[in-house]
Amino acid sequence: MAKQHVTAVINGEETEFLCETQQTMLDVLRDVIGLTGSKEGCASGDCGACSVIVDGRLVCSCLMLGVEAEGKAITTIEGVADGETLHPVQQKFLEHAALQCGFCTPGLIVAAKALLDENPNPTETEARYWLAGNLCRCTGYDKVIRAVMDAAAVMRGEAAR
Amino acid sequence: MNYVASDLKVVGTRPIRPDGVDKVTGRAVFAADTRAAGMLWGKIKRSPHAHARILSIDTSKAMALPGVKAVVTAADFPDIPSEEAFVGEGPMNFRDLALNVMARSKALYEGHAVAAVAATTQEIADRALELIDVQYEVLPFVIDVEAAMAPDAPVLHDDLFTAGVTPKPEKPSNIAKVVTFKKGDVEAGFKDAEVVVEGRYTTQPVHQAYIEPHACLASYQPDGQVTIHASSQGHFMVRAYTAKLLGMDMANIRVNPAEIGGGFGGKTLIYLEPVAVALSKKAGRPVKIQMTREEVFRGSGPTSGAWVEVKIGAKKDGTIVAAQQVLKFQAGAFPGSPIGPGCMCGFAMYDLPNVDVVGYDVVSNRPKVAAYRAPGAPITSFAVESAMDELARKLGMDPLALREKNAAKNGTKTHYGPVHQNIGFTAVLDAVKAHPHWKTPVKEGQGRGLAVGFWFNIGGESTATVHVNEDGSVTVATGSPDIGGSRASMGMMVAEVLGIDVARVKATVADTASIGFTHLTGGSRVTFATGMAATQAAEKVVDDLKKRAAATWEIPVEAVEWKDGKAYPAGSNAGAFEPLDLAALALKAARTGGPIVAEVSVNAQGAGAGFGAHICDVTVDKETGHVTIERYTAIQDVGRAIHPSYVEGQIQGGAAQGIGWALNEEYIYNTKGQMENPGFLDYRVPVASDVPMIEAVLVEVPNPRHPFGVRGVGEVPIVPPMAAIANAIKSATGVRMPNLPMSPPKVRAALDAAG
Repeated sequence: MAKQHVTAVINGEETEFLCETQQTMLDVLRDVIGLTGSKEGCASGDCGACSVIVDGRLVCSCLMLGVEAEGKAITTIEGVADGETLHPVQQKFLEHAALQCGFCTPGLIVAAKALLDENPNPTETEARYWLAGNLCRCTGYDKVIRAVMDAAAVMRGEAAR
Repeated sequence: MNYVASDLKVVGTRPIRPDGVDKVTGRAVFAADTRAAGMLWGKIKRSPHAHARILSIDTSKAMALPGVKAVVTAADFPDIPSEEAFVGEGPMNFRDLALNVMARSKALYEGHAVAAVAATTQEIADRALELIDVQYEVLPFVIDVEAAMAPDAPVLHDDLFTAGVTPKPEKPSNIAKVVTFKKGDVEAGFKDAEVVVEGRYTTQPVHQAYIEPHACLASYQPDGQVTIHASSQGHFMVRAYTAKLLGMDMANIRVNPAEIGGGFGGKTLIYLEPVAVALSKKAGRPVKIQMTREEVFRGSGPTSGAWVEVKIGAKKDGTIVAAQQVLKFQAGAFPGSPIGPGCMCGFAMYDLPNVDVVGYDVVSNRPKVAAYRAPGAPITSFAVESAMDELARKLGMDPLALREKNAAKNGTKTHYGPVHQNIGFTAVLDAVKAHPHWKTPVKEGQGRGLAVGFWFNIGGESTATVHVNEDGSVTVATGSPDIGGSRASMGMMVAEVLGIDVARVKATVADTASIGFTHLTGGSRVTFATGMAATQAAEKVVDDLKKRAAATWEIPVEAVEWKDGKAYPAGSNAGAFEPLDLAALALKAARTGGPIVAEVSVNAQGAGAGFGAHICDVTVDKETGHVTIERYTAIQDVGRAIHPSYVEGQIQGGAAQGIGWALNEEYIYNTKGQMENPGFLDYRVPVASDVPMIEAVLVEVPNPRHPFGVRGVGEVPIVPPMAAIANAIKSATGVRMPNLPMSPPKVRAALDAAG
């Protein structure tokens, strides 16, 4: 079958790509477009390393087909920072040492951004349940949760950047 | 030089790691992120049978599929003779390694590689795998360790005769090795004992479950040179093993250390690289292979499941007079479980007069085990620390007091030989006693558990290079893959020695052609051994800079001192000169002797052993059997924390892995010997909502054998959690859980059985 032509807005840029009908959005991002920040940890929606935001909704890109991106706006880890200015979640991940190997980090940051976009003032428990779809084997989540809570405070204007 | 007593400006602070921005923006390049022109996708065909003779492999249909460029089977690899190799934290045989990478005559576990293809797309490669026709003669199999030891068990290897027993057995068996350690007279010790506890404990194999599946990209050139991008714990290990398995010169293989997405011991050996090289050679194009998560579970090594018996005898005052242990460890399909450390670590925390330990290394039809964080120690310690808790109860003694009473100290001779030196176990126990968690009464309805743990830590071979760049900034290159932030600590140690801002130092990991040999990242050795090399290289640079300043000023080098990143004349007799900083000296380098660079290779000795103690409060839901960790504190002697945040992170991460091992993780096999839960939905590692904040308490008893007092920290924290949690469950419910995991159905059943 011929490849499908898809037009989507990826990280703010209108992007055209061709993909096989069965290709996942994750494979499109990584292998067709070359945005390798989204990671494949399981390809079954269990680890969250491929998290992206599609029209405001947090999605595992391994569970989405590339053709489903038609007409949608997608934010990947590469689109979280504003040019040279890191997003508060990214900055706080660095300051709190909330990453070790860094493989799950893109997905965690995208998921945390999606949380704070929706709920600027989460409790620790809310943050833990929201991020329960993002596996991290290195950190034990302690510093991850601290970074997210601190970033939330920054975004509310209650703490320094 | 030794800086333990010095006033340090960089060590002990928490700067942002040099590779941090790359990792929070998605720019960091892991092996699966690499590409090459003309790249093909490699895939591996795996045995569906737990144990089967391979009668034939017909690859013709797969080769005929358009887009398929190469197919390989064991026939494409040299038949490697038996030869002992040292693999990270445990012994392995090169022949076994070769047979594990590609099965030759028998498939020994479900998921064992039997063939591989390279094709232009992943989809074509997948279709080609289905077209490879493998004819098997299915054989009886054995999964569990005790069943594998039975006299009538199916034998995996016709040439495996138990080592460590005399006379050599007449018949082959699945018992690869027997390990024994004896100290004193254990029988006499038990006769002296006034209180004796005995118990049998089992642990399940658990996977390291790094989030990044194994991946590599290999490119074979027509002149026989190979470039490999690999995510591994040791790119020199990848080079050595790939060369060995393919019969190549190491000089023809260059391995680039891609970022590594977690390893925990599981990436201290190879699975894919020789296959990718063989496919690349045959196809004449670069080949990338990345495992699926299912392949990671079915085809790569977990740690051993085990059966452990413990007997401890004590006087009424708590003095232990005899201790005995029998351990049976699953090795997987080839010999080489961590039975050695299993036999050593259980009782290493204590000063015991009479000890008798016997361990068995047992093969069965499971994936070959790989190292997992303090290999063997968590298993043996789950048993010993559970038994210690029972002993404390039987004696009516505080569990901390029992540990204090018998704690190993400097000068204590271990049952496996060495004498403990420069250890901080007592300081750790003091910190437990002083900690608010320990002093706070247990909340109504909860239970509290305490357990301690030990790991040797290792040193070994490392190389580091320090370059002063033309502008006075500094680059540090080492041969140690950075899994958890070690580039930050390398840069910090070098900045400290040079007396400059850490922001002016950038650390990097150099490929196998660009730095001297460095043993892999494992055994908690990098900050200790590679850090020692980096520190010494920085000191050599300082010596060189002093010489250059002396030459510039035309004064003797002894009259120059280095302070805060500058050369000064030492005292008024040396003359009056303006200090020369790094930038000024770098600018003049061409006129004062050329590039300013030093390389140091070490074989570091004296890795200080590590001790930790964990306190855990739990609630047990009596309806469901679900255990909630309410509060968790992990206290550890870390020697000296170079970057305390990353040290805490090691401790928190290790504790969380231990919590998963304790409460959830296990391999579930069906009646055909096939794993039924090879995915993260059914093999459940802890998620953020499963764990509380984990308080990491850093006790710093400097290791005098390291310039900054470092001792390894990464492994100890996974040792105590299982027993700490089991002891907390006992305290909450009165029920002893001797079998892992303590998952809801098992806890519920135990509560029901106890009435």
